[in-house]
Amino acid sequence: MNIHEYQGKSILSSYGVAIQRGYVAETPEEATEVAKKLQEETKTGWFVVKAQIHAGGRGKGTVTETGSRGVVLAKGLDEVADKAKGILGGHLVTLQTKAEGKKVNKVFIAEDVYAPGASEPKEFYMSILLDRGQSRNVIVYSPDGGMNIEDVAHNTPERIFKEVIDPLTGVNDFQCRKIAFNLGLEGNAFKEMGKFVKNLYKAYMGCDASMFEINPVLKTSDDRIIAVDAKVTLDGNSLSRHSDYAAMRDVTEEDPLEVEATAAGLNYVKLDGNVGCMVNGAGLAMATMDIIKLSGGDPANFLDVGGTADAKRVETAFRMILRDPNVKAILVNIFGGIVRCDRVAQGIVDAYKNIENISVPIIVRLQGTNAEEAKALIDSSGLAVHSAITLQEAADKVKEVLA
Amino acid sequence: MGVLVGKNSKVIVQGFTGSEGTFHAEQMIAFGTNVVGGVTPGKGGQKHLDRPVFNTVSDAVNTTGADVSIIFVPPAFAGDAIMEAADAGIKVIITITEGIPVADMLKAKEYIKDRNVRLIGPNCPGVITAGEAKVGIMPGFVFKPGPVGIVSKSGTLTYEAADQVAKAGLGVTTAIGIGGDPIIGTTTLEAVQLLMADPATKAIVMIGEIGGELEPKAARWIKENGTKPVVGFIAGETAPKGRTMGHAGAIVSGENESAAAKKKIMRECGIHVVDSPAEIGAKVKEVLT
Repeated sequence: MNIHEYQGKSILSSYGVAIQRGYVAETPEEATEVAKKLQEETKTGWFVVKAQIHAGGRGKGTVTETGSRGVVLAKGLDEVADKAKGILGGHLVTLQTKAEGKKVNKVFIAEDVYAPGASEPKEFYMSILLDRGQSRNVIVYSPDGGMNIEDVAHNTPERIFKEVIDPLTGVNDFQCRKIAFNLGLEGNAFKEMGKFVKNLYKAYMGCDASMFEINPVLKTSDDRIIAVDAKVTLDGNSLSRHSDYAAMRDVTEEDPLEVEATAAGLNYVKLDGNVGCMVNGAGLAMATMDIIKLSGGDPANFLDVGGTADAKRVETAFRMILRDPNVKAILVNIFGGIVRCDRVAQGIVDAYKNIENISVPIIVRLQGTNAEEAKALIDSSGLAVHSAITLQEAADKVKEVLA
Repeated sequence: MGVLVGKNSKVIVQGFTGSEGTFHAEQMIAFGTNVVGGVTPGKGGQKHLDRPVFNTVSDAVNTTGADVSIIFVPPAFAGDAIMEAADAGIKVIITITEGIPVADMLKAKEYIKDRNVRLIGPNCPGVITAGEAKVGIMPGFVFKPGPVGIVSKSGTLTYEAADQVAKAGLGVTTAIGIGGDPIIGTTTLEAVQLLMADPATKAIVMIGEIGGELEPKAARWIKENGTKPVVGFIAGETAPKGRTMGHAGAIVSGENESAAAKKKIMRECGIHVVDSPAEIGAKVKEVLT
């Protein structure tokens, strides 16, 4: 589950990770208010106004309605409201959003941490994620912070470092030293980096994250190490033990169709093709998408109805697929194991009758337990449904109806 | 023959008295699997499905001599259940549970590393040796005995492959569902190695999907060490980059994780790759004749 920067920072901060401080606001007036409070607490003179959306590249992104960037500097309290106004309610388009951008409902008003001082500020990159091959968490870091890490990896791979973490010991002191040395730090900043890394990992484990990306990590002019941004992804499987984090979910950031699907127990991903599909099992669902393509169509969705595939779920799934105007045909592919095919077939017939006015051809392939009975049930239903038993027959029927 | 589970396996069910555990234990017993008992903490001493219930896995092992365990424990407790089974001396732990937190699996995998145990799954359909033992949730009747081993990340796609193999007039030694999670106990490579060493297995079907690098790793090993023909399929050629396709592990995050890239490497390693999932059975028949 993705969360906003301000939420991610609150988690980091609760584990002792130093952050660029700030407050979230939903209106320009509120923005000024929280900026005042922030000024009292931090003595900051300037403020950074940051759009809160679940996508990266905000600083270089543009708000369609106003032309404002997604992250802007307010050089004084009096500028905060105006700058916030340029972002709030608009649609921010970045390299990571779709062309229409994402609506900004909140801004984070943050302190200015780049003030000049005794030493030069420096930006680093740091992330923590799972290395699947090694079954270990790994800290990835680079002295080249503040830029797109994919570009760094591509152009100067020698400037990306990795530290693999033993799950039984966590981050060790020698690893913290190695990281600080590789980032070219010394003196107080060196020590501060050690603390930063330790606490960051503690936060990662403590909140059951599946990814942290801190870009940039900043060494300030007074040698503190702080997280200026925080992209935090939490492990959805662990939310049952973190009700406070579960409450951070922002459904307005998610595709409404997918939210609806999840609530109905379906696993749905919308795609751009012309043949909808409904399948039991994720692997078979992907394989079904592939076979649609090989039959001359393009999959309109991924949809796993799960193990039960009862009449209610089947009906919800049909309704979701049919809402997509691009859909010219639907392929239902169920391998009945424990689920009996004739029951699924009955579910399909009932759903079909309930929905009425289905105008696209439907191909139903039921294989496994009671497949023959299922086929007979479909064939005798009088509905405009093509039945098939083998996967190849189903593929051929898709080709036929698209022709 | 076959691998991992067979007619001599003594199987216990962790999460025995729950609805999933009960339902699938009944199915396994009906298949002929030697289910010797189960574990539900707090219900030790009771009988369930005519078999003893134990409070702990070690009680179950000490009393019944069980060497295989199948886990249906809810996700929040499943990591702990894996460690308990390993600690009690179970040799093959098959974890069906879906949705175990990644941090729990990291810990459990580390815990079992130096204990002489094999973990299959989690989030998998289990393991079946046709005609001998089913330790999983797959429809047993689809798996007819024969010379083909199956390794797969996906449940229903495994059934599909077994069904096509049967329709091609062949059958299965053992089908191993390794699971679709990012952290799993047994990799594609390890499962392939087991089947390569099994004298009854004459050909292997290897089914993968987008995400991770398990299949290319197995393919490179097969190129150097393979002694039997391997038929391969990778699901998700049409899946968009950066989106999770149902299985937590099924996401293309790097160039080498797409279906096209994996299939290319597999072909280069001499694996008989089919583009259509409908051609698995026919291809197996072809490589065996």
